[in-house]
Amino acid sequence: MKTIGYIIQKEFKQIFRNKGMLPIIFILPILQLVILSNAATYEVKNIKFAYIDNDHTSTSRSLIEKFNASTYFDVLTDFPSQEKASSAMLAGEVDVVLEIPHQFEKKLLKEKTTDLSITINAIDGAAAGVESVYVNQIVQSFNKDVKMNFRNTSNKIAQPVTIESIPSFWYNTTLDYKTFMVPGILVLLVTMITLFLSGMNIVREKEIGTLEQINVTPIRKSQFIIGKLFPFWVIGMGLLTIGLILAKVIFNIPMIGNIILLYGFTSIYILVILGMGLLISNFTDTQQQAMFISWFFIVIFILMSGLFTPIESMPKWAQLITEFNPIKYFVEIVRMVMLKGSGFMDILPQLWKTLLYAIIMNGLAVWSYKKVN
Amino acid sequence: MKEENVIEVNQLTKTFGDFTAVNAISFEVKKGEIFGFLGANGAGKTTAMKMLIGISKPSSGTAKVAGFDVYSQTESIKRNIGYMSQKFALYDDLTVKENITFFGGIYGLSRKKIKEKREELVSELGLENISNKLVGSLPLGWKQKLSFSVSLLHEPKIVFLDEPTGGVDPITRRQFWEMIYKAANQGTTIFVTTHYMDEAEYCDKVSIMVEGKIEALDTPKKLKEQFRVDSMNDVFLKLARIPSPTLPKGNGENIDRN
Ligand SMILES: Nc1ncnc2c1ncn2[C@@H]1O[C@H](COP(=O)(O)OP(=O)(O)O)[C@@H](O)[C@H]1O
Ligand SMILES: [Mg+2]
Repeated sequence: MKTIGYIIQKEFKQIFRNKGMLPIIFILPILQLVILSNAATYEVKNIKFAYIDNDHTSTSRSLIEKFNASTYFDVLTDFPSQEKASSAMLAGEVDVVLEIPHQFEKKLLKEKTTDLSITINAIDGAAAGVESVYVNQIVQSFNKDVKMNFRNTSNKIAQPVTIESIPSFWYNTTLDYKTFMVPGILVLLVTMITLFLSGMNIVREKEIGTLEQINVTPIRKSQFIIGKLFPFWVIGMGLLTIGLILAKVIFNIPMIGNIILLYGFTSIYILVILGMGLLISNFTDTQQQAMFISWFFIVIFILMSGLFTPIESMPKWAQLITEFNPIKYFVEIVRMVMLKGSGFMDILPQLWKTLLYAIIMNGLAVWSYKKVN
Repeated sequence: MKEENVIEVNQLTKTFGDFTAVNAISFEVKKGEIFGFLGANGAGKTTAMKMLIGISKPSSGTAKVAGFDVYSQTESIKRNIGYMSQKFALYDDLTVKENITFFGGIYGLSRKKIKEKREELVSELGLENISNKLVGSLPLGWKQKLSFSVSLLHEPKIVFLDEPTGGVDPITRRQFWEMIYKAANQGTTIFVTTHYMDEAEYCDKVSIMVEGKIEALDTPKKLKEQFRVDSMNDVFLKLARIPSPTLPKGNGENIDRN
């Protein structure tokens, strides 16, 4: 126990003495949180909107006016024909085309129902989904009786675009994407920095030769590893704290659930990441190698975490892989606890899996750490 | 009275793939002896030493260090030895005192003992004024002396020094050897590698390693008699089969150039 204390003391001294490292630990995360949260959003703005008005009545004009008034749409022009509109869309000049049929006003007044056809450029599937939701909202608020025909440009088959439900709508009723993104970015920040710092730290001692010096002492593997990793566990918890404070102060993100629950889960989650960092450092000889391998895993884990793309829209095999992604669980838990107020029983499945993951990772890491070559 | 062997090596071998870095070496080192482990760069000195200190598994052969087996009792060996690596291996970003505290701590010395040792060591090395300076800012000679002292902190039975005087000036080398003598007088066995042949004269016994094999093993005096030369340097030149040193130097150079 005392031996571990000496290692921890030394690590903290080295971390806080390293003037190049401190900004990376504390300034970078703040920048990351602020910049990414503003940039990485599902929100689609400045949608290039065009229309074909075959009706030319006050009703058709007031519908177009509604789109004009929306902050999401930039109304470009009217097109004389569907062909012209299609070729503009193929050229990427237009995102959404609304075609108002002949006798739109008349039908609406007499038969109380009418059709509209909407064409959405679906090259970017995620954006198209969001755009269709916006169009829907505007048209419905204009008149409940209008039926919409969604068309897809790519194959020109008049087929409704499937509207992907965006998971944030339910608990994030104002559709504020920052509320959705900030907890996710928080996860990234805690994960990336603890993984990089812990992985590189041990390889660095390999590189400068001090690890060999430690290996000729009678220190036990477990003592060394606990002493080495504990400071980074503390830093990880510190990052969570900084992130939560920023989320509250800058973005006014609510904390509906129990904050202690979030800390409890994070304390186990960081063990997974530290185990992974140690495992990587055991199989690499230079900081560069460790960095590359850490990046490789981080990129895959982030892309498959449900942070930027919903897991439900991934192919089956990919969904299976996400089951082994610790970041996925952490993203889920942070969103659940912060935005939905989930309790201990709600997060139990993720908690178990993360705990198991932590045990396996650290087991492998300790096992593969060799004092004798 | 029969003297006790603290290191016993028999046919010890280390291969990397099909390259044999250490080829069936055998020797013994007695308690309190200064054993010089000589050889040119790449002869296999470091590789052999790493097997003896328990951080590299031998490919074959046997060895006992401080009475413990190098295959199965590496952790017991580690409690009884000190090691100073060929590469400077204290922490540059810790101060002199912090390095001493850290290594004392992981060897399990008590807080009181660490404090005692720290004060003793700082005053012996004359480091009072710079004991709170980062080790990285010290000149190489001081680093090496500090590193040697740190390897003795836990009062090991044997200390392994891998080219401890590499790259330092002659005066510092002299002082370093005085420190080695002092430790040996207190009963510590010294196992030291070097490629400076003049340093071989200071050893009680030397082995000379050439391409993984031990080609000579005796006291410096006997080796000089055996090879009928005046210095260890000449012994080494004969062993390494370098073209006859009696050939006029100027001639040799001219021949090479033309
Ligand atoms: N891990 C290793 N893998 C492959 N070859 C090695 C390894 N370590 C040392 N060698 C080789 O073994 C030989 C002896 O090296 P070393 O013991 O460092 O020599 P010395 O210490 O006498 O200068 C060298 O040719 C070196 O390249
Ligand atoms: Mg060497």
